[in-house]
Amino acid sequence: MSNAGASKAKRNAVMALAALCIYGAVQLLALSGTLLSYHLQVLSLACINIMLVVSLNLITGFTGQFSLGHAGFMAIGAYLSAALTVFYQLPFLAALVLSGVAAALVGIIIGLPALRLKGDYLAIATLGFGEIIRVVILNIPAVGGPRGFTGIPRYTSFGLTYLIMIITIVVIRNFIDSSHGRACVSIREDETAAASLGINTTYYKVTAFAIGAGFAGVAGGLFSHYLQYISPAPGQIGFLRSIDILIMVVLGGLGNITGSVFSAIVLTLLPEFLRGFAEYRMVIYSVLLILMMLFRPEGIMGKNELSLEALESLVGRMKNRKGMRSDGTS
Amino acid sequence: MEWYILLQQMINGLALGSIYSLIALGYTMVYGIIKLINFAHGDIYMLGAYFGFYALTKGGLSLGPALLLSMGLAALVGVVLERIAYRPLRSSPRITALITAIGASLFIQSVSQIGFGASFKPFPQAIPFQRIAIGSVFITNRQLIMFGVSIFLMVTLHLIVQYTRIGKAMRAVSMDKEAAMLMGINVDRVISVTFALGSALAAAGGILVGMYYNRIDPYMGVMPGIKGFTAAVLGGIGVIPGAVIGGFMMGIAENLVVALGSSTFRDAVAFAILILVLLLKPAGLLGKRQREKV
Amino acid sequence: MAQASGLRVTDLSVQIGGLKAVSHVNLRLDPGELVGLIGPNGAGKTTVFNALTGFCQPTGGHIFFNDQELTHKPPHVVAKHHLARTFQNIRLFRDLTVLDNLKIAYHKNFKYCICSGIFRTPAYRRQEEMVRKVSLEILALVGLADRADDKASNLSYGEQRKLEIARALVMEPKLLLLDEPAAGMNPAETAELVELIYKIKNDFDLSVFLIEHDMHLVMNVCERLYVLDYGVLIGEGSVQDVRNNRKVIEAYLGEDGAWQS
Repeated sequence: MSNAGASKAKRNAVMALAALCIYGAVQLLALSGTLLSYHLQVLSLACINIMLVVSLNLITGFTGQFSLGHAGFMAIGAYLSAALTVFYQLPFLAALVLSGVAAALVGIIIGLPALRLKGDYLAIATLGFGEIIRVVILNIPAVGGPRGFTGIPRYTSFGLTYLIMIITIVVIRNFIDSSHGRACVSIREDETAAASLGINTTYYKVTAFAIGAGFAGVAGGLFSHYLQYISPAPGQIGFLRSIDILIMVVLGGLGNITGSVFSAIVLTLLPEFLRGFAEYRMVIYSVLLILMMLFRPEGIMGKNELSLEALESLVGRMKNRKGMRSDGTS
Repeated sequence: MEWYILLQQMINGLALGSIYSLIALGYTMVYGIIKLINFAHGDIYMLGAYFGFYALTKGGLSLGPALLLSMGLAALVGVVLERIAYRPLRSSPRITALITAIGASLFIQSVSQIGFGASFKPFPQAIPFQRIAIGSVFITNRQLIMFGVSIFLMVTLHLIVQYTRIGKAMRAVSMDKEAAMLMGINVDRVISVTFALGSALAAAGGILVGMYYNRIDPYMGVMPGIKGFTAAVLGGIGVIPGAVIGGFMMGIAENLVVALGSSTFRDAVAFAILILVLLLKPAGLLGKRQREKV
Repeated sequence: MAQASGLRVTDLSVQIGGLKAVSHVNLRLDPGELVGLIGPNGAGKTTVFNALTGFCQPTGGHIFFNDQELTHKPPHVVAKHHLARTFQNIRLFRDLTVLDNLKIAYHKNFKYCICSGIFRTPAYRRQEEMVRKVSLEILALVGLADRADDKASNLSYGEQRKLEIARALVMEPKLLLLDEPAAGMNPAETAELVELIYKIKNDFDLSVFLIEHDMHLVMNVCERLYVLDYGVLIGEGSVQDVRNNRKVIEAYLGEDGAWQS
């Protein structure tokens, strides 16, 4: 048992080291001029998308509550944080925290009634709530109404976004690996059995929903201070964005955090490489989505998290094979 | 508010509502039979409008034949869609099928955007515009056509479902798929026919709306799709008369909000109604409540 | 006296739709008893269990367990009163490991808060360690210790039934409700199950309430029986009393040979 604890500690240390190395490498490449500020911006966007995807994965992948309104929470964070920094000159970090809290609260208010619904009915209801958030924002003249909110300062840097993304992943991963997180997963697996084991299913569904919404709110705050502009268009904060996030979750695998990270990175960078094919982007996405559901509904990586053990066992197997071969020849 | 404004918006609401009813029928029939929210239904309505557009402009057809041709083509798209994307998933979790439906919707939209162009097209004026004044209330001939054609199609559908062999088979499959199969009903065929009928109705709606608003674009199906779905839920999903009633109620509710002077909230009405129905009476006005077995 | 009162059900009625699934049923289980609930298919046995565990709302009557009223309490609250159950159609967390299935059942005993879990405080580590120990002990008891890291869906049918019982045991039940635990088992597995039930009764301080169709098992294991037919109790008492009850025999006519076995 202490063995398991030690390997966990080792794994965490390696993960932390890897996170630091990636950050260091990016900064070095930026200093040496290999990565331009445009590249750093794309990387920031990837980090923001990772936050959105991982937070939706907590709700949909781990807790099994299908949400089509995730962009609504992002919208709350995007607009609230912008209003706080522009109108009240609040420090960016404070604005981000408040945005996260506000989005989580709205998540609770929406989640309490909506999470009584199941499956496709829940999906439709969350889509409705997301759109209502959008229409309400559209009708607030102070934040630009239908024209959008302009003149937002650019506070989002790669370093900050990267840090907050790491925090998001660690918090959500640790939550899932706790008794509370297991309660959420048990709801996905079998809600009736979960209730019979003393799990207050409503409480945990709403909790997961609120945590996911909160991080989406923070991601929204980073997004509006990255773009310096936010508009209430469906593709920006509406259901098209919600579906975008959902596609990334599904492609990475429901209930798979590393899968979410990869699919968010790939699907953020891909359009940058395929500039000439911009109009084919959605065609490719939609075909991928359908093929995925038909042939591999569990996502590219399924439920297999990319972990140290997996890598170790892979390396071990390769070594073994080599060893056997050298045995045979000598 | 003056009474005639109210009356005027009621008339507009009935006209628009007839379209929502047409769309809702497709949702409700498909859901009734395979328990799938066919997200791509609104996009088939959009395709119908484009088929009509090309039949009228390039094909030089008059309105009637264009309508029939478009309905036929849309029916074909619906059948193919079910065949390729939904049929292999019939025994999968409903969420898998729902994600596929979302994918199908995105696919039709993005392909249409490439094929038809992203910007809107003016819809040809197949019938000269006329406005009939009754006191201080106006009815346009387009509204009358919209309403008339819709009612005609709904009555036709009703006759098909109630009195034909295939209609009886559809009702049997929606009640109990396994039992229907055991009785020798070809369930695959019934599901194909259901998609065909639903898609044809949606296509008719698309053309009528194209005429009404004079413009079509590849995303025109999104909001009516959601509103049609709301109408189906409101009336009780899976219940055919419910879809008709729900559609008219949606149309009227939406236009009343416009009459109250907040046209930006127009689309929010649909979502508000949807959420209220789902939370308060998920079985809808005419639906029966089902219990989950422990 | 008050502490030892066990389960008391008075005048319980449940209506589902227009149908009276259970009407005016009185039950009593004393601590340490092993009681069977039998009856023909559709007699309302599972509905009684569902009412006891909060999965369906009684339309009349009262449920008391150790002097606590449980009528109209939701399932997760009922579970906190140390009532655990299994399901007729096994309900495991199929995609999770055997060990995680048990850990989830330990949920109500966890004391650390959500933040504690996120920041991995000592309280988190301590309790996680403990639940692991408890879970492995119970797995050893039901003979599944070597399957701890397997996915639940990879177990054989009999093993899945055992896992479901193990999961219920993690909840430290005072009353264990088993809904057809032997359904679908072969004779060897059933024999193992009987052993397991005896073992549970000896090792844990609990009473067992059991729905079962396998009359052989019922007659062997149960100390007392209740017989339900069309939602009404038509007999109760010792195995011998029930066997000689005219009404019970009539109800079972047509259930071929149920009594011969």
